[in-house]
Formats: sequence, structure tokens, C-alpha cells
Amino acid sequence: MNLLAVAWEYWHQSFFILFAACAIGFGFGVLLSKNVVRMAFYLVLSLGSTAGLFFLAGAEFVGAMQLMIYVGGTLVLLIFGVMLTAQKDFINMDTHTQDWILATIVGGSLLMVLLFAAFGAEDWSKPQDLTDAKIESTKEATPLGLALTGIRVDTLGDSGDAVKQGKSGYLMPFIIVSVHLLVVLIGAAYMARTKKLSRATDDKSSRAKLMLFKMEQETEQLEEETYVVTHRGQSALNRTDSQDE
Amino acid sequence: MILIGTVSVSWYLAVGASLFVLGAVCMATKRNLLGVLMGVELVLNGANMNFIAFGSKVLRPEGSLGLDGQLIALFVIVLAAAEAAVALAIALNFYNNHNTVDVDRANELNG
Amino acid sequence: MADFVDHILGLNDSWFGHIVAALVAAVLILHVVAVGALLFIWMERKISGRIQDRLGPTRVGGKYGWLQTLADGLKLIAKEDVTPDLADKFLFKIAPYVGLAASYAAFIALPFADGVVGQHVNTAVFFVLAVLGLEVFSVILAGYASGSKWSLFGAMREAAQVVSYEVPLGMCVVVPVMICGTMNLTTIANMQSGFFTNWLVFNDPFTFMTAIIYFTCATAGVNRAPFDLAEAESELVAGFHTEYSGLRWSLFFMAEYSSMFIVSALASILFFGGPHGPIPITEIVPFLSSGGLGDPAKQAFTESEGLLAGWDLGLIISRIIGVTNLLLKGLVGVTIMMWIRWSFPRLRIDQVMTMCLKYCVPLAAIGFLGATAWQALDLPTASSVIGTPRYKHHELWTADHNKDGSKEETISTPVLETPHEDDTHAEAKTVTENTVPVSVLRGGNQ
Repeated sequence: MNLLAVAWEYWHQSFFILFAACAIGFGFGVLLSKNVVRMAFYLVLSLGSTAGLFFLAGAEFVGAMQLMIYVGGTLVLLIFGVMLTAQKDFINMDTHTQDWILATIVGGSLLMVLLFAAFGAEDWSKPQDLTDAKIESTKEATPLGLALTGIRVDTLGDSGDAVKQGKSGYLMPFIIVSVHLLVVLIGAAYMARTKKLSRATDDKSSRAKLMLFKMEQETEQLEEETYVVTHRGQSALNRTDSQDE
Repeated sequence: MILIGTVSVSWYLAVGASLFVLGAVCMATKRNLLGVLMGVELVLNGANMNFIAFGSKVLRPEGSLGLDGQLIALFVIVLAAAEAAVALAIALNFYNNHNTVDVDRANELNG
Repeated sequence: MADFVDHILGLNDSWFGHIVAALVAAVLILHVVAVGALLFIWMERKISGRIQDRLGPTRVGGKYGWLQTLADGLKLIAKEDVTPDLADKFLFKIAPYVGLAASYAAFIALPFADGVVGQHVNTAVFFVLAVLGLEVFSVILAGYASGSKWSLFGAMREAAQVVSYEVPLGMCVVVPVMICGTMNLTTIANMQSGFFTNWLVFNDPFTFMTAIIYFTCATAGVNRAPFDLAEAESELVAGFHTEYSGLRWSLFFMAEYSSMFIVSALASILFFGGPHGPIPITEIVPFLSSGGLGDPAKQAFTESEGLLAGWDLGLIISRIIGVTNLLLKGLVGVTIMMWIRWSFPRLRIDQVMTMCLKYCVPLAAIGFLGATAWQALDLPTASSVIGTPRYKHHELWTADHNKDGSKEETISTPVLETPHEDDTHAEAKTVTENTVPVSVLRGGNQ
């Protein structure tokens, strides 16, 4: 009870710790797991917790977008790829030991630098009094949409200089991203299409011959199998008949 | 409790940095092409976390990036989707041509 | 809700009140999920029976067999929970819970009436869709982890289907969001209060079309027949849940039926007025309409003295009517889905994809563009043609909206103009830009 009371008083912090632990913990799961499908599952949980952190920081719309596009779209795509290539040999792939050592050293030092930077600036590490902080239902979707069309409603209070220095909106990036998405759509569809020709058999007649040959082989095999099955079935039937008699 | 009382931008940055490093190490160590892709996603999320933290009015009442942070985060999410689509197409192409998803085997251009 | 608990227990904004309130809300939603699933499964059997000219369940629980599902549930609990040898044990076990959690969590942001909602989320529409979209993971995980070919095929089909149907679904949902100018489901519902002509489905022909496309895509999105390729019995045994048995199997069905209900309820909020009925009882009767908008939680407990002092009884009753109304509308939606399931043959997988990419996406795009044009040109809506009255909710909303809109307008004008006014260079530039093409044009003409 006492613990709960304390947790309530610091609810923002408690949820932060919960979500952060989930995000980083499942991130470790992605890193350490050898099974590629499990990695995908941990990645889903990690990114979901990240969305929780976004909600916590007051970015409701981005959090919902993270859930919808990232987790619902991108990761499904990834899992698609995993399942299309999930043959026995590729599900579990070991990492070389020297890779691990090198990556740990480089990654550890990188983490040190980043953490040092994160806690270095006094302005950033200034603690906020969040005991009474409530996530107000912020009306951010409309300003966000307007900013994408080039109108910044939120920076109007700023002085004129800020508006002039390129803070007037995101219409250009928005268009670039749209065109980019279109290009990606076409490009991905082009690259991932099934190739009908195999390089070895460019000649049409030879390909047809090859197909015919394959089909003949298959039918032969099928005939053999059916023969075996019927034969066995017949003999089994005979056997049961004789037993009955 | 001392630790809990002081959630600031720095802690969000720390989480972002951890995700970034985890993703980077994941990219470096995984041999599965799709594992590398997952590392990229983690890296992008780590970066996104920073944008959200700097843009949050809850964490930084004065001097926050405001909507700019959220907008950049949105762009990152959208571009990540595009990146995943292209990378997946490359991965599938690679798999079709080489029958493997081991990135160490993609060494044809290695003179 | 938290205020209510605090009021009853005599606490002052304490953690205890919030936790109790959260628990009560969670349990209530759980009842919608669980009891809903019981009811829907019974309904499905009864409806399919009647459509196929048979009786359906008749034995358990009286003449109509309404306890049949409960009996089946007991049987399923008693069954052995088999895990196949080839399965990925951990993922196999966790998959049904992922699905149920996703469809359960989507209820958090779904308003059952004005103010009756688990948590006010300002981007509720996106939240519900996003969380519902996570349900596909349970299917994929189940399909992969079962270690069976049928399951894997079912899961692949489902993944392809759900990801592609999310596109037209999202486009259809954007139409009411665009008309109402908000993503808050409560506001969208309140905007349609009054007679049924105020419903967005009758707003203009394009919204009518969009509503139908939404329902089609939603049916496909929750994997109901005729789009249930993921569990096509005739070709895939049972699809992704082939290897499941007992309670885990039934969890998949609970998830399926509750997501059926949630997409129907979302349809009714977005297009069919939500808690506001065909006939506006709550608005016509003065006693009931005394509550109205504002902060709903606080209005119910004005000037608290005794346990229930200051209750706005009219507001409470109007909310109960609203909740019943929404539940009934959701039920109608679910019934239509069942009707469709037992009337139409199943599509082939390529037909499903064709339907989505070649028909639903372009139609949704046309609907979106048409509805936008209708709003932009300020063409008449059904309610303005017939002249049905709009009630308080709508007026308040319009007033609020107009106020916001005018505010934005007055502020946004200087943004667009300041660069030109302050910066002489920019001004000169625009001037030259304006003049150059004209002279070029003239030159061309000569």
C-alpha cells in the first residue's frame, strides 16, 4: 500500500521507469536472441514501449502514429520478410565471437559518450516538478497538420525573426517525403516482383522443353506413388479380409 | 526514490542513447539480413526518442522544440517505413538470387 | 470516474480513487469483451442455423439455447492444452494473449456515450485503429510458432490481407475526421446528435459510399467471411489456429468477436451517430437534456454534500440511453457481419487482394476527394435539405469550432504576410516573379 502510494505520487516517473525498462530490456532481447522470429517479437514489444514513452512525454499523435505506422505497418512488413526467408538454416544464426567482442567495445564506448553528453548539459538534466503533472489532452493534431501544409500556428507568439529563419512550416519536406514514398512504392514493387525468366534458359523452346521434361518426371513420380499406395492399400485390404475370414 | 524524483530530458536521452547503441551493436553483430534491418529500426527509434524529448512541453516547459520535434519524429517514422520497404525488397532479391540471408555471403563486389 | 470514486469514498484526489476507478473501468470493458463474445457466438450459431433452415442450439438454457456458449466454454476449459512438438513453445503460448490484449486495449479509447469512456484520448480514432492493427501479430506469431504448414499459410495470408486492407480503412476513417475537424470520437459522435438525418452517413452521397466501403474493409480487417482466408476450412484445415486447443483456442475467438464489435461500434460512431439515436430522445425531453456538454464528470456531482447529493439524474439517464443505443448499433453491425458470412461464398486469396487494391482503395480515394469537395463547396447536407433541427451538442460544437477557426484565421494571416512586409528583398522578389511570367506570356503571344 505504501509503495503504491509512493508510486502514485511519482506516477510519471514510475511509468517512465516501466516503459524505459521494457524498451531497453526488449531491445536487449533483440540483440541477444538468436532466433530471428523471436527478435521480431521483442522488437514489437520494444517499439510499443517506446510509443508508451512518447505518450508519456505528451506527444500523443506521434505515439499513435508510432503504433500505427511503425508497429502496425513496418514491423508486419519485416515479419513478412522473416517468414518468407525463414528456412531452417537461417532461423538461428550464430554471431562470430570476434564480432561480439568488437561490437561490445565500440558500442560500450559509444554509449558512454552519448550518456556523458545526455547528462552533461545542465539545461537538459534540470529536474522538472512532475508530481502534479497531468497529461493534458493536448490538441496537437491540427497544428501538426497545419505545419505540414506550411502554416505554423504554434510559433505565432514568437518574434518575427524566428518565423523568418525557416520556421514557417514543413510544406517542402512534406512534398519531398510524399514523392519519396511514391518512388519507394514503385521501386519496391519493381525489385520484389517475381522474375519469370531464369538466366540459364533464355531460349524459349528450351525452356518449354525443360518444363515438359519436369512435368513428365512429376507425372511419372505421381503414378509410381499412386501405384504404391493403391497396391499397398489393396494388400492391406486383402489382409484384413483374410483376417476376417 | 532520489532517482525517481528527477525525470528530466536527460533520462529520455539516456533511453534513446541505449536504444541507439543496442541497434548499432545489433547491426554490427547480426548475420541475418533481417536482423540487421531490425537494428536499423532500433537506431531510428533511439533518434526519435531524442526528438520527442526535446520537443516535449511536459519535460521542458521553456525552450522546448515544440512541434518541430514532433514533426521531425513523424518524418522519421514515415521514412523508416519507406526504408523498410526498400530494404525488404533488397533482402528478398538477395534471397532469391543467392538462397541465403547471410550478409557475410554478399561479398561479390569484394575485389 | 476518479472524481466519482473520490466523492463516494470521501477522498481528495488520492491515488486510491484513481486506481479504483481504473479497475472499475477495466472490469466494465472486460464485461463487454467477455459477455459480448458469449452473446455473439450464440448469435452466430442461431443466425447461421436460421439462415440454413435449421434450429441452431436449443437444449442448454431453455428453449433458445442461450447458455450453449457457456457450456462450450466450460468444456474448453476442461480440455487438454496441447502444445505440438515442433512448436516454438514460448511464442506458441503467448500468441493468443497478444491478440486478446490488442482487441481489449482498443476499448480504452472507445466512448460508449458522451463522457462514458475509459480514457479520453484526443486522437482516439487513430489510437483505436492502431491498437486493433496489433492484433495481426497474434495471428502471425501463432502461425509461425505452431510449426505447421497450414498455420503458416494462414498466417501469411492474414498478414497480407490485413496490411493491405488497413490502407482503404484508414482512408475511409479520415472522411468523418475531416468533416468534423477532430480525431476525438466523443466530439465526432456529438456532432451527429439529433435526428438520424444528422448522421454523417447521410451528410452527402460520398460519405454514404465511404460508410459502405468502411464496413467492407472492416469486415476484411477482422477476418470475417467472405474474407476469412486465414482460416479457410476447405483448404487450410483451420488456418492459424489449427494446432490450438482448449482455452487458448477460445481466446482467439474472444479476440475475433470483440474486434468485430469494436469495428462495428467505431462505424456507428463515425457514420451512424454513435450514442445519438435515430430519434433524439435525450435532446427532446427537457429533463434529460439538462446535463449537456461541459466537463461531464464534474457536472454530475455538483456541490457535493451527501453520498449522492447533486446528482444530475437526467444526465445519468441520458447516458444510460446513449450506452444502450451504441451497444444496440454495434450489435446490429455484428449481426450484419454474420448475415454476410452465412450468405456469401468465400473469396479466393487473389480475389481478396484484387478487391482491396483495385476497388476499395480507388473508391475510398474517390469518396475522400468527393467529401472534401462537398465540404469545400459548402453543398447542402441531408439535414439542411430536410431541415431537421440540430440540438445543443451540435450548436455548442459549431460555436466552439467557429471560435477556434476564426482565431486561427486571424492569427495565421500575419504569418503568411510578415516575410513580405518586413523583408524588402522578399517583396522585390515576389514582384519580379509576378511580372516576369506575364511579360514572357505577352512576348509569346506576340
